[in-house]
Amino acid sequence: MIFAIVIFLLTIGTVAFHFWSPWYLTELASNWSGMDDALTITFVITGVVFVLINLFLAYAVFKYRHKEGSRADYEPENKKLELWLTGLTSIGVVALLAPGLVVWADFVDVPEDAMVVEAVGQQWTWTFRYPGDDGILGAADPTFMTIDNPFGLNPDDPYGQDDIVVEDNEGHLPTGGPVKMLLRSKDVLHDFYVPQIRAKMDLVPGIETYFWFEPTRVGEFEILCAELCGTGHYTMRGLLVVQEKADFDLWLSEQPTFGELSAEAVAELSTELSTE
Amino acid sequence: MNIFQKLAVKPWSDDAHVDMTVEGGFHATPAKVGLRFFLFVVSVLFFLLTAAYFMRKGMIDWVKLPLPPLLMVNTMVLVAASFALQWAKNSGRDGNLKNLRLGLVLGGVLTIGFLVGQMMVWEDLSALGYFAATNPSNAFFYLFTGLHGLHMVGGLVAWGRATSSAWRSDADVEQLTQRTDLCAAYWHYLLLIWLYVFGLLIIT
Amino acid sequence: MAHATMADDLTELYHPKTFIGKYIWSQDHKVIAIQYTITAVSVGLVALTLSWFMRLQIGFPGMFEFIDADSYYQFTTMHGMIMVIYLLTALFLGGFGNYLIPLMIGARDMVFPYLNMLSYWVYLLSVIILMASFFAPGGPTGAGWTLYPPQAILAGTPGQEWGIMLMLTSLIVFIVAFTMGGLNYVTTVLQARTKGMTLMRMPLSVWGIFVATILGLLAFPALLVSGIMMSLDKLIGTSFFMPAIVSMGEQLEYSGGSPVLFQHLFWFFGHPEVYIVALPAFGIVSDILSTHARKNIFGYRMMVWAILVIGGLSFVVWAHHMYVSGMNPFFGFFFATTTLIIAVPTAIKVYNWVLTLWKGDIHLTVPMLFAIGFIFTFINGGITGLFLGNVAVDVPLSDTYFVVAHFHMVMGVSPVLVVFAALYHWFPKITGYEFNERLGKIHFWGTFLGTYAIYLPMHYLGILGMPRRYYDYLDAAFIPDSAYLMNQSITIAALIVGAFQMVFFANVIYSLIKKKKSDPNPWNATTLEWQTPDNPPVHGNWGPTLPVVHRWAYDYSVPGAEKDFLPQNMPRGADPNAQEEHT
Ligand code: HEM
Ligand SMILES: [Cu+2]
Ligand SMILES: [Cu+2]
Repeated sequence: MIFAIVIFLLTIGTVAFHFWSPWYLTELASNWSGMDDALTITFVITGVVFVLINLFLAYAVFKYRHKEGSRADYEPENKKLELWLTGLTSIGVVALLAPGLVVWADFVDVPEDAMVVEAVGQQWTWTFRYPGDDGILGAADPTFMTIDNPFGLNPDDPYGQDDIVVEDNEGHLPTGGPVKMLLRSKDVLHDFYVPQIRAKMDLVPGIETYFWFEPTRVGEFEILCAELCGTGHYTMRGLLVVQEKADFDLWLSEQPTFGELSAEAVAELSTELSTE
Repeated sequence: MNIFQKLAVKPWSDDAHVDMTVEGGFHATPAKVGLRFFLFVVSVLFFLLTAAYFMRKGMIDWVKLPLPPLLMVNTMVLVAASFALQWAKNSGRDGNLKNLRLGLVLGGVLTIGFLVGQMMVWEDLSALGYFAATNPSNAFFYLFTGLHGLHMVGGLVAWGRATSSAWRSDADVEQLTQRTDLCAAYWHYLLLIWLYVFGLLIIT
Repeated sequence: MAHATMADDLTELYHPKTFIGKYIWSQDHKVIAIQYTITAVSVGLVALTLSWFMRLQIGFPGMFEFIDADSYYQFTTMHGMIMVIYLLTALFLGGFGNYLIPLMIGARDMVFPYLNMLSYWVYLLSVIILMASFFAPGGPTGAGWTLYPPQAILAGTPGQEWGIMLMLTSLIVFIVAFTMGGLNYVTTVLQARTKGMTLMRMPLSVWGIFVATILGLLAFPALLVSGIMMSLDKLIGTSFFMPAIVSMGEQLEYSGGSPVLFQHLFWFFGHPEVYIVALPAFGIVSDILSTHARKNIFGYRMMVWAILVIGGLSFVVWAHHMYVSGMNPFFGFFFATTTLIIAVPTAIKVYNWVLTLWKGDIHLTVPMLFAIGFIFTFINGGITGLFLGNVAVDVPLSDTYFVVAHFHMVMGVSPVLVVFAALYHWFPKITGYEFNERLGKIHFWGTFLGTYAIYLPMHYLGILGMPRRYYDYLDAAFIPDSAYLMNQSITIAALIVGAFQMVFFANVIYSLIKKKKSDPNPWNATTLEWQTPDNPPVHGNWGPTLPVVHRWAYDYSVPGAEKDFLPQNMPRGADPNAQEEHT
């Protein structure tokens, strides 16, 4: 008796908690409303199932609790009922899966005109690289990495010279167009995760991974690392600043290119040598 | 009844479909059944290694390892070991304890020979500078041969127990034959696995 | 030779006389089962304690000095690995598998008793190696229970010298132990069934354990291979999983390896592992529900088929753990589809449990409370699995607390509820004594309500976006203060739930001291283990002759029968009024 009531209350309580909970999705800042919708659809369908089965369970526990002299039914199986349940479940599963796969088809299909930006992770900071005037990111490889060349850009690749590198944990993006984030890691796995963007992806050393989204809302968003990467994992925080296109262009023009930085490094070296 | 029919039986109905005189399932000793499952597990292990091998091989830094000709000799030795154990088993079936003993010893010695040969291959390769860490193809070679060798060593433990009991004064030929049968089955299978590994390394 | 191996006389079994022979180096499956259970539960307590430490840190960041970031990650890793492998896998297969298989199928013992004994001692060795890592220089590994390279073996992760090697060694030793036990369980089920015990007359407990064991035999090699390869990467510098890396500003020697390859191998093991824990729980809970509802399990054949289908499918869904791992994103379509297909047989099992209760005669005994509690938590955990399996829904949720809540619900709380249901259910059989019902009920309510209070809100913290494996949230702007408050309350609930587990141990000790003799078949159950001539059963289980099986395991409340249960070894027609079905 008590147990039936408890199951009933837990079921209702769970639904109530869902609506009452102050913790839910953050305000969306990208085009991935499809992911939010898929989540909502999933909540609705599974929520109905959750309530139905549990109320049935509570009712069964209540109605068929042991009473003096009561005896159970004998029914090994009921083919028709089982087929119906299997069929209905299959329909429910299709209804869940289909919208999800539609969104995923969008996710794997990066728009041709997407602006390319690279985020590089290392224990436990973020850096960013923009392609520069030629629109192409120069080749990079960990074997080129030195203190003066933290991105491991190939110094002989002409495409790399005008690449714009930003080293202070802060990346900027413009609104109004799709962005393809290229992801690289110098050391271990990381994950580029901005809750408001929804989409996320691991950074894997040795390969370049990617995902795309369109920033839709101006603002400053925290980048969190979402793949355990050592003791400092939880401190691996970056900032993603989404700006209007004009502001973004202005910001970008103020950042040094790889060529300039290397020249600077060479100059520094020579002054060091001459003062000695 | 095949397995699907067995699984379709309505078990709450009466005994009509049940043979009430037998126990168990397979027509084999439990040890045989256990061994078959174990060999199945071993196959999965080598299958997964193969999958990993092909995934890793796809990367750019792969440099093929030259296979020393000694491997060919070792293969022959292992084939011979397999034959010896088979012979031992057959002798046991015929009640010939002397040949059973001889076959067992021969099989074991040949297997030890195989393992020594494999070690020599390893030495030769590392003397030539093909260390496991130098290239993934080397690493896979050592891994495949090492794991296969370990399985052979495991087999030798069972073989050792069988062989030592063969010299006991109260040696029971029938029981001994069963043990030898298990050893022979294991050896044949590991020979197959070795041929598979060797073939894989040659072809790719 | 064919079937005579389980000869009907007792002389075949080796009967030790000394205490050591009987209880330490025992080859009796029941003693080995108890050894497995005690060891597994003991390490489980270590893992539980570690979860308290983690929760203390999350609820009250920085208040406890001994929990720094390094130790937090070490606790997380050890907690997860112990719970999944050394507690649940060992307990369900080594503990319940060992105890139940021979008794339920009417055998005198496992077919390879010596191997069985060895299996336990090797398992104990693996536990000792694992525990040794707490005392090794640098402490245990903090790489997460997934042990992903490169991180697991590089600077910046605690325990990257000794801890990780001890972990890998312990796992390899565990796999050896499991293989020895597993070969035994499978062969015993196939070869040692007594007369009349056809496959389809086996209780679902045996089916669940049997299929789980096969899954284990197929899945553990993947962990073995990846463990060996990672050890080689660490020890001799091969590059299986290690690409070119600049670690802490220093170029390493590695090149070309693939971290994603490790993830494939790991999850090829890791997903079936979930079912290695779940299937025995499914089986056991089915039997307990049926017994205490005095009603046959609904749709037995469907239940068996579902176990087989789930077992098979569990090998083609592994990459649902890798949707955002950087693998080819097109795999997402395939793995989302296979994963959601598994939901169908799983849902059928849930329906059949509930339908078993329908029109039953439900006795709310302590095991039954736990079993029904399991249905509720499993529905909850199963449903959130549909979120995470569906790739586009998973992407925002992956690596957040939603995942933590999901897997604790589905493979933490649910199986643990079954473990307790089973321990209470078979306690009178194992010890011969009654347990204290009131303490059992207190234990149930604390555990059932407490765990829900822990994990229900956790889902929503995950939807909010709080990532998992975070030592501290460092005032991230998107997290409102209320979330920290919620975390405190979760921590308090976790401490309370932990404390309630002590009630269980108190109950066991109390009952063992009180020594109130139990009825040999207190639940009026049909299965063979309750029909042994002695209670608790002695070595050899069955006295001079083996039982002969005449019916399935679920003849409860057969119309017309005098009693509401007909034991499996009761001949047909023995109750002339029972309306037994004919083909
Ligand atoms: C009341 C009991 C339990 C509590 C309070 C608890 C708490 C926790 C906490 C706080 C974490 C760390 C989450 C994070 O930082 O991301 C965790 C991780 C984990 N727990 Fe539990 N847990 C409990 C029982 C279990 C059980 C029974 C299992 C068995 C399946 C389990 C399996 C795991 C696993 C696999 C992880 C992941 C470890 C990792 O991230 O590497 N836990 N648990
Ligand atoms: Cu990181
Ligand atoms: Cu999975």
